[in-house]
Amino acid sequence: MGPLIPNEIITGQWDFVIALLIGGAFGFVLEASGFSSSRNIAGVFYGYNFVVLRVFFTGMIVAMVGLLYFSYMGWINIDLVFVLPTYLNSMLLGGFIMGLGFVIGGFCPGTSYTAAAIGKIDGMVFAGSTLIGIFLFAEFFPLFEGFYYANNLGNITIGEMFGLSNEVIAFAFVVIAIVAFYVTWLIEKRVRKNMTEYKFE
Amino acid sequence: MNTNSSAKRKPNYLNPYFGGVLLGLLLLTTFFIAGRGLSASGAVKLSVVTVVNKIAPEHAANNSYYSKFIPEDGGSIMFNWLIFGAIGTFFGGMFSGVVYGRMGKLRIEHSPKISKRTRIIAAAVGGLLFGIGSQFGRGCSSGAALSGTAAFSFGGLLVMALMFGIGYVFAYFFRKLWI
Repeated sequence: MGPLIPNEIITGQWDFVIALLIGGAFGFVLEASGFSSSRNIAGVFYGYNFVVLRVFFTGMIVAMVGLLYFSYMGWINIDLVFVLPTYLNSMLLGGFIMGLGFVIGGFCPGTSYTAAAIGKIDGMVFAGSTLIGIFLFAEFFPLFEGFYYANNLGNITIGEMFGLSNEVIAFAFVVIAIVAFYVTWLIEKRVRKNMTEYKFE
Repeated sequence: MNTNSSAKRKPNYLNPYFGGVLLGLLLLTTFFIAGRGLSASGAVKLSVVTVVNKIAPEHAANNSYYSKFIPEDGGSIMFNWLIFGAIGTFFGGMFSGVVYGRMGKLRIEHSPKISKRTRIIAAAVGGLLFGIGSQFGRGCSSGAALSGTAAFSFGGLLVMALMFGIGYVFAYFFRKLWI
């Protein structure tokens, strides 16, 4: 049955209405969870607020387990779900640069849209700057095109990489997430006792 | 939690685990419908391609990056799933801001230890880095780290691990911005 669009169960212009609705729900959940505040987000790096870790990891394991469940029930053909290809060198550098951008800027692109939407100028500036970043990347692209495509491992999954099944990987993520939720809860309690700068807003 | 002063200070956010479950179900729904996950930076990329293609079409056609995203049949770059998703994200965030009373006049949120100007510079630098990094990373926190990893992509896991890991590595140097 699923995925509906690749299987052509939904076709034509409905795509864009669905994209709008999904995007809308995404923005709502991000804002409602507190991601329109860069100070909430950056808390993950200083131990005073782990909301990012909680929302992000919960979302990830729910989707992972859900995907396996849907596949097991025969509701979705998991082979048609897009596995982001792995370009080793380029993605390591990309993750590095984004990590730096994360701790300096306190947003990522999606969260900056929601911050901009509720009137935060820092969110607008962040979102605007991503345009410039992408423009610079594209302008200089010919210089590092080789690097960008180097070490292409294809659409490889985590399980294929380590010789394990998706089920084992999902289970491992669930266990890691639960341990992380507990440990960060302890850290956060301790750090918040000594915090004066951050008002949890 | 139940004293008045802290109740006043606590903003009206969803319980993060509940928010996470909603996010996960949304991501699962997106996989089920579209066969791929959520995205944020893709829309910015297509916007850049559109602007460059409008101003300097020849330059765009000769650049091996822009030209990847220009439809050969001359179709619209902006009439794309990613663009509609990002528009939705903006208005969804706005709707939540209205519902929870966080929609406000133009303002800059920053730690009391830094000036507004410093915060704006930091946001600009962060955005710039995210713009560049998301292209190398084949997506940002939404497309690569969250959706990629949830669909079991090894590359998604790499991006996620690096993004958070490097954040921690450099957190010490940028602590004045936040604490």
